[in-house]
Amino acid sequence: MIEKNTQGEVWVFAEQEEGKLSDVPLELLSKGRELADTLKVPLGAMLLGHLVSSQAAKLIAHGADKVYVVNDERLGHYQTTSYTAGICSLITEHKPQIVLFGATAIGRDLAPTIASKMKCGLTADCTDLQIGDHEDKSAGKTYENLMYQIRPAFGGNIIATIVNPERWPQMATVREGVMPMSESDESRKGQVVEFNPNFNGLSLPMELHEIRRRPKKVNLKAARIIVAGGAGVGSKDNFKQLWDLAHCLGGAVAGSRAAVDLGYIDHDHQVGQTGTTVRPALYIAVGISGAVQHRAGMQESAKILAINEDRDAPIFGIAHYGIVGDLNDVVPRLTKAIRGGMSVKTTH
Amino acid sequence: MALNIVVCAKQVPDTKRITGEAMKDDGTVNRGALPAIFNPEDLNALETALEIRDQHGGTVTVVTMGPPAACELLRESYYRGADRCILITDRRAAASDTLATSYILSCAVKKIGADLVLCGRQAIDGDTAQVGPQLAEKLNFALVTYLEELIDVTDKTLRLRRNIGAGWEDVTTKLPALVTVMETANHPRPYASKRLMKYKNARSEGEIAGQVKAECADESEIAKRCEALKSKGLLIESWNLDDIEADLNWCGMSGSPTKVHRIQSVVLTGGEYHEIDPSDDGIGQFVGELIQEHTIG
Ligand SMILES: Cc1cc2nc3c(=O)[nH]c(=O)nc-3n(C[C@H](O)[C@H](O)[C@H](O)COP(=O)(O)OP(=O)(O)OC[C@H]3O[C@@H](n4cnc5c(N)ncnc54)[C@H](O)[C@@H]3O)c2cc1C
Repeated sequence: MIEKNTQGEVWVFAEQEEGKLSDVPLELLSKGRELADTLKVPLGAMLLGHLVSSQAAKLIAHGADKVYVVNDERLGHYQTTSYTAGICSLITEHKPQIVLFGATAIGRDLAPTIASKMKCGLTADCTDLQIGDHEDKSAGKTYENLMYQIRPAFGGNIIATIVNPERWPQMATVREGVMPMSESDESRKGQVVEFNPNFNGLSLPMELHEIRRRPKKVNLKAARIIVAGGAGVGSKDNFKQLWDLAHCLGGAVAGSRAAVDLGYIDHDHQVGQTGTTVRPALYIAVGISGAVQHRAGMQESAKILAINEDRDAPIFGIAHYGIVGDLNDVVPRLTKAIRGGMSVKTTH
Repeated sequence: MALNIVVCAKQVPDTKRITGEAMKDDGTVNRGALPAIFNPEDLNALETALEIRDQHGGTVTVVTMGPPAACELLRESYYRGADRCILITDRRAAASDTLATSYILSCAVKKIGADLVLCGRQAIDGDTAQVGPQLAEKLNFALVTYLEELIDVTDKTLRLRRNIGAGWEDVTTKLPALVTVMETANHPRPYASKRLMKYKNARSEGEIAGQVKAECADESEIAKRCEALKSKGLLIESWNLDDIEADLNWCGMSGSPTKVHRIQSVVLTGGEYHEIDPSDDGIGQFVGELIQEHTIG
C-alpha cells in the first residue's frame, strides 16, 4: 500500500519481449492519456528489461510524458521475482495513483503479484476505464476522481463498476484490442527517467532452459471481415462451413468462448471480454447467442450480421442485419450468394 | 523425497452451460439452473499433485474455501485419491475479493505446511487468474504460472514446461513453489470405485449440523455423529478463520480493497435493424447490397 496521492501519475506497464514492445501497452497508453488528462497529471510508462531503453521514444510518441527505464540483466527474460521487485520499488518511490497492465500471459502473472505485495486492489479484464466519484454510504464518505474499473459480471446481462477507494495504487488489467491505439506522434516530447531499483542480493528462483515462440494463429484485430461461430455450430466439423464462408470473403474465423471450450476452435480465435476485442467492417455471428462477455468484444463492429434460429437471442439486439433460421441452411446459401455475387462483379 | 502438496480448489457455477434454459427473461442467469462443479482447471491441479505423489510418495491435501455445500468438491477429491481434505468456512470470509481470498488460503497453507502448492490457472466464474499468483506472494513461494507439462521432480526443484501465450518455455524452479496448472497439462483421473464407496459418506461438521437440524433432532446429536464419523476417518475437517489464525482485518469485506461502485443491467437499445429473408432471393439481394456499398468484395 502506498499513501494516497491525488497528484500521482497514471502509469502503464510497457511489456516488451526480446526488446520489442507488443501492441497492448501502446493501446493502454491511449486510454491512459485520457485518464491522465482528466486528472490533470502526467502519464508514465514503466519500461523494464535489459538494454531496452531504445523503446522509450516509441512510448513517448504514443502518449507517455515520462518513461521510467529499469535496466538490469536480471530483467532480460521475464521472471516474476525480478519484475515484481523492480515495479514495487518504482511504485513505492513515485506513488502513481493508477497502474495499468495488459491482460497477457505476463501481465496476468505480474499484476496480481504486485497487487498482493502492495496490498492494493486489482480488477481483471476491464472493458472500459473512466474517472468518477464514489460514495461509500455506510462510511458516509465521498471519494472524488477514482478510476472506475468496468467489466461484465458473472450472472448474465450485467456490467459491474469496481473502485479501489482506499488502498492504492488503483490497478487494472485490460485485454488486447479493448482500447483502440492512437496514432503515434514522433514530434511529442517526453522525459526518460533511469531508475535503479537496487537489486543487490536479489536471487531468482527460476532457471530457463529452452524457449520456443510460436506466432499467434490469427490476427483478428487486423481482419476487415470476421466470421464467428458459437456453440450453435454444433461440431468442429460443422465449423468448416464458417472457414469456407470466411475464405470466400477474405475474412478471418473467430469463435465465442463456448465454441473454444467445446474444442471447435483454438483460444487464439476467441472474441470477447477474455479473448480479443475486434472492430471489423463486418462481423458475422453464427450460432452465437450474444452474451454480455461476447458482445464486449465485438459490439463496436461497423456492421453486424447475426444468424440464429432463436429470434429472441440477445445478439439481435445489437445486430444491424439478422437472418432468423437454421445456420445449416443459411450459411451455405450465404456462401453461395457471395461466390455468385463476387464472380458477377469480376466479370463486369 | 516425499513432498507435502496442497491443492487449492474452488466450487463454481458451471458457466459453460449458460445456455437458453439457464437464462431468465430479463437476461440474467438463473443460478439455480447451473450445477455447481469442481472448477475444471483445479481438477488438473489435483491430477498433477496425485501423479507426483503416486511416483514419489508424499501427501496431497485439498483445501477449499466456501459454504458447507463445497464439501461435495472435497468428497470428489477423496474419490480421486486425495489424502486429506479441508474446508475453510466462515461467514466473516464472505465478500472476499481475490486479495482477501489469497490471504485466507495462505493462513491455511501455513498451518498445513507445504513444499508445493498447486492451483488451477483460473476459475471459470471470473477468469481472473489472480488467486494463484497472490497466494504465492503471500507465502513467499516461487511462482510458476501456466503449467503444461511436468518434466522432473526432485526434493528441491521442479522442472517443467510452461505456456507463455505464444509458445512455451522449459524452466527449473526451486521449491517451495506455487504452480498454476492449465487444462492441457493432463487428463484428470476418474473416481476410484473403492474410494467412492468409502468416502461418499464423508461429511463435515456443518453438513451434520444441517442434517440434525432438518431432522429436528437434539443438538447433542451433532457431536455424537461427528465423533462416529471421525473414528471411521470420514469427518471432513473444517476450519474457521480463528483456527487458521487469520487476522480479520485482511479477510472478507475489510480485507478486500476492491468495492463494487455499481451494477447495471445492460439495455440493448439497438439501432437500425433489418431482417433478411432466409431464402436464396433474400440472401442474394442482401449480398448484392453489401457488395455495392463495398462492405465486401
Ligand atoms: C468470466 C467469464 C468470461 C467470459 N468471456 C467470454 C468471452 O471472452 N467470449 C465469449 O464469447 N464468451 C465469454 N464468456 C461466456 C459467455 O457468458 C457465454 O457463455 C458464451 O459467449 C456463449 O457462447 P455461445 O453464444 O456460442 O453459446 P450459447 O449461448 O449456447 O448460444 C448458442 C446459440 O446458437 C443458436 N443455435 C443453436 N443451434 C442453431 C442452429 N442450428 N442454427 C442457428 N442458430 C442455432 C442458439 O439459438 C443460441 O442462441 C465468459 C463467461 C464468463 C463467466
